[in-house]
Amino acid sequence: MSSTAPTTAADEFAHRATPMQKVQSSLHRYPWLSPLVVLALLLVIFGVLGLVLGVGDLENLFKPGTISLMLQQTVIIGTLAIAQTLVILTAGIDLSIGAIMVFAQMFMANLAVYTTASNVTFMAGQNPVLAVFIGLIVATLAGGLNGFLIVRFNLPPFIVTLGTLSIFTALTLILFKARTIQGKEMPDFMLLMSTKLEIGPLTFTLGLIVMLLLYVLFAYILRGTAWGTHVYAVGDDPAAAELSGINVKRVLFSVYVVAGVVIGIAAWITIGRTAAASPNVAPEINLETITAVVIGGTSLFGGRGRLLGTLLGTFIIIVLDFGLSLAGLDQAYRVLAIGVLVIAAVAVDQWIRKVKV
Amino acid sequence: MTTTSTTQPIVQAKDLNKSFGRVIGLADCNFELYPGEVIAVVGDNGAGKSTLIKCLSGALTPDSGEMHIDGEEVFFKSTNDSRAKGVETVYQTLAVAPVLDISENLYLGREIRKKGILGTVFRSLDKKRMRKEAMQSLNDLGVLTVQSITQSVETLSGGQRQAVAVARAGAFGSKVVILDEPTAALGVNESARVLKLIRDLRDRGMSIILISHNMPQVFDVADRIHVQRLGRRAAVVTPQSHQMNDVVSIMTGAMTVPEDQQQLTPVR
Ligand SMILES: Nc1ncnc2c1ncn2[C@@H]1O[C@H](COP(=O)(O)OP(=O)(O)OP(=O)(O)O)[C@@H](O)[C@H]1O
Ligand SMILES: [Mg+2]
Repeated sequence: MSSTAPTTAADEFAHRATPMQKVQSSLHRYPWLSPLVVLALLLVIFGVLGLVLGVGDLENLFKPGTISLMLQQTVIIGTLAIAQTLVILTAGIDLSIGAIMVFAQMFMANLAVYTTASNVTFMAGQNPVLAVFIGLIVATLAGGLNGFLIVRFNLPPFIVTLGTLSIFTALTLILFKARTIQGKEMPDFMLLMSTKLEIGPLTFTLGLIVMLLLYVLFAYILRGTAWGTHVYAVGDDPAAAELSGINVKRVLFSVYVVAGVVIGIAAWITIGRTAAASPNVAPEINLETITAVVIGGTSLFGGRGRLLGTLLGTFIIIVLDFGLSLAGLDQAYRVLAIGVLVIAAVAVDQWIRKVKV
Repeated sequence: MTTTSTTQPIVQAKDLNKSFGRVIGLADCNFELYPGEVIAVVGDNGAGKSTLIKCLSGALTPDSGEMHIDGEEVFFKSTNDSRAKGVETVYQTLAVAPVLDISENLYLGREIRKKGILGTVFRSLDKKRMRKEAMQSLNDLGVLTVQSITQSVETLSGGQRQAVAVARAGAFGSKVVILDEPTAALGVNESARVLKLIRDLRDRGMSIILISHNMPQVFDVADRIHVQRLGRRAAVVTPQSHQMNDVVSIMTGAMTVPEDQQQLTPVR
C-alpha cells in the first residue's frame, strides 16, 4: 500500500486540490493550526505596532518580565481549560468548572486556616497537606456529581452544570460566608504553587510547570491510550461507539470525574497565583475556559480537537489581554476581539467539518 | 425437499419476542444459521429484520425466547458479549467513528496495548502493531484502495467505509458475521466489491447473515433466504427453489409456503 502513485479517484482528486481545499484539509488534520496562526499573527501585529511604530507601551510586551508575567497569568484559565476540553470533546459543556474551582479553593483554605467567620470552623485548622488533599477530593466528587446526573438521568450537560454552577456558588457562600482568606494567613504549603523558578531570562512558577506537565500528560492520555480514543469516539458518535462495544456511560462519567481532579489541582494553583482564596477570584473564568477551547480549534459538537489547541487558545486570550492594555486600549476592545475570535473559530470549525480529502 | 441433517446451527433463535411499547418488533420469531453458509434475511420495512439481528448481536435484549450459539444458550447484555462468542455485526447505521482513523476504527473497543510496563502501567497503545495488523486484514480482504491506514474514516467514500466496517467484522477470528443492508447506500461497483467481500468471508469458513432489500444481490450471494414478515419467519427458501417474485409474494403475505417445501436445513 505504498503512496507513491495516485491509485484511487480520491487520490487523484487530492492531487488536483485547490489551495483553499489544501488549507481546509490541513486544518482538518491538525486542528491546532488555526490558533497557532492567530497567535503568530497577534505577536507580529503587536510587534510591528510596538517595536516599529512605538504605539503606547506595547514594546514592553516583549520584555522578559512581561513574558514571564503573561505565562504565569495563563495558569488559571489554562489548567481549567484542560478539564473543559475533555468535556467538550464528548460533545458536552461544563458551566460549573469555575464554581467548583472556587468551592474547592475555599474548602482548602478554610480547612487550613482557622477563621471564625465560616460555618465550618469545627473542621478548620487542619494540616495544609491534608487540606489540599481534601480539597482535591471535594472537586473530584463535584465532577463525579455532574457525571452521575448526566449519565444516570440522561440529562443534558448544559442543564446539569448550570444547576451545579448555582449549587456550588451557593455552597461557597453558605459554608464559607464569602470571606476572602489572604495568602499571608495561610501556611506556606497552601502557596506552594507560587514558588518562583528562574529559567533563562524568564521566571516561571511551580503552578505554571504543573500546568504544562498536565498538558503533556493529558495530550498523551488522549492520543496514546484506549480511554482517550474512546473519549473521541463517544464525542463523535455515541451510538456508533456503543455498537462498537464501548461503554459510553462509563466513559462519560469518567470524563467528568477526571475533569473534577483537574479542577481540584487548578484550585490549589489558583490559591498560589492570587495569593488568596476568594469567592470572586475570577468571575469570568468559566466562559474564558470555553473561549480558550473553542478558539483552540476544538469542536463544540464533540470528537474533534487537540489539547495543544487549547493551550494556544489560552495564550491568545492572555496575549490579547496584555497587548491591548499595553497599547492603551480599553478593556472593552479585548472583549470585542475575543468575541470576534470565538465566532470565527466556530465558523472555521463548520467549514473544516465539510472536508473531502 | 427437506433433508435430515445432524449439523447443529451455529446461531439459533427460538420464539424470540421483542416489543417497543405497543409496537411489536419480533413475535415468536425463529431463526437458524448453519456453519459456512450465507443466509439472507429479507422482508418489508418494519418486518423486524434489524430487531432480530440486534438481539442476536446483543444490541437489544429480547423480552422472551432463547438464543443459542453452537448449541449453547446465550444471554447477551451488550455487543461485547456477542463478540466474545465470535459474532460480529455491521449495523445498518454504520457503526464507525468518522473522526478516528482506519486502524483506530478497526480496533475500537479492543485496542492492543504495548507489552511490558508501558502497556500495563502507562496504558500505552501499540499503534504500530495495530496499524500493521489493520493493514494486513484489509489486504487479506482485498481492500487495497485506501491511501493510508491513518486516514480518518470521514475522508473515505461510502464503499470504503463499508469495507472498513466489514473488515472489522471479519478481522478478529469471528465465526459469524452479520451485515444489515451493507450495500443500501452504495453504487454498483462498490456493491459488487462488498458482495465479493461477503463471499471471501464465507470461503474463509465464516457463517454470514445478510439483510438486504436488493433481490438480485440476495439471489446472487445467498445459500438460503429467510423471509421475515410481521415480526416472524414466514418461510425459508433457496434461490433454486423459488423465484424473486415468489419471495416478494411471501414477504407481502400473498403466498405461503408449506413447511415441507421450505429449506429449513443447510444446503452446503
Ligand atoms: N428503538 C425502537 N423503538 C421503537 N420502535 C422500534 C425501535 N426499533 C424498531 N422499532 C419498530 O419495530 C419494528 C421492526 O423494526 P426493524 O427495524 O426491525 O425493521 P426492519 O425489518 O429492519 O426494517 P427496515 O427494512 O426498514 O430496516 C418497526 O415497526 C419499528 O418501527
Ligand atoms: Mg432495518
